[in-house]
Amino acid sequence: MSAADLQTPLKRARGLGSAKSGAHHWIVQRITAVALIPLCLWVIWLVLAALHADYAQARALVHQPVHAVLLIAFVLAAFWHAQLGLQVVIEDYVHTRWLEIGSQLAVKFFCVLGAVACVLAIARIALG
Amino acid sequence: MAQTRPLSPHLGIYRWQLTMTLSILHRATGIALAVGTLLVIVALLALAAGPESFAKVQAFCASPFGLFLLLGWTWSLSFHLCNGIRHLAWDSGWGFEIPRAYATGWTVVIASLLMTMAIWACVLTRGVA
Repeated sequence: MSAADLQTPLKRARGLGSAKSGAHHWIVQRITAVALIPLCLWVIWLVLAALHADYAQARALVHQPVHAVLLIAFVLAAFWHAQLGLQVVIEDYVHTRWLEIGSQLAVKFFCVLGAVACVLAIARIALG
Repeated sequence: MAQTRPLSPHLGIYRWQLTMTLSILHRATGIALAVGTLLVIVALLALAAGPESFAKVQAFCASPFGLFLLLGWTWSLSFHLCNGIRHLAWDSGWGFEIPRAYATGWTVVIASLLMTMAIWACVLTRGVA
């Protein structure tokens, strides 16, 4: 019988970090990354399709429910992923406390406002 | 006193390597793409607002500075997407061996360039749709 078998579960878990929400940021970054792989490819196709379209054609494209839904999904995943990534960059490089808090708040507010503005715009086109 | 512990790389005399370059570029392109969301916001708001504002966005995109930005964002997206898949493979525990890290690294470089070229070939030849 090895020594590990004599340890209590608590003893084995100690020192390995929190079992609660410690990995949440990391996991959500991966979930949004996986979602963004097909969504980005689809957005590239959509932009290329709309590139030489006139206003009415471009609007008609986004007016389609499939495109509107996927575009909203893309926007939410992209801003969420951007916020998570920028948060880590700021944590790593900005060490002046007030600058760090200020830039973290600015990034979060920008991403939320950007996502809300995009969703409203898509909804107006889809429903209008 | 003998120094037996490994030292951090001294960046001033450290040879640049593909893996570290791609790691830095992943962050740089991520930041560039976050800035690029501004264009997504502006374009969608303009499309919702009306033909006049949409024409302004189209004119900006067709300007030399707009094209320069779009080219940069195209490659940034291509690279971040390809290298992101490489990161996800690492997250699953695959590809940490040094030869494989280099092989996937060069694959990402070439794939991102090919993707950028394919997208701009569609733009220039009015392909798709």
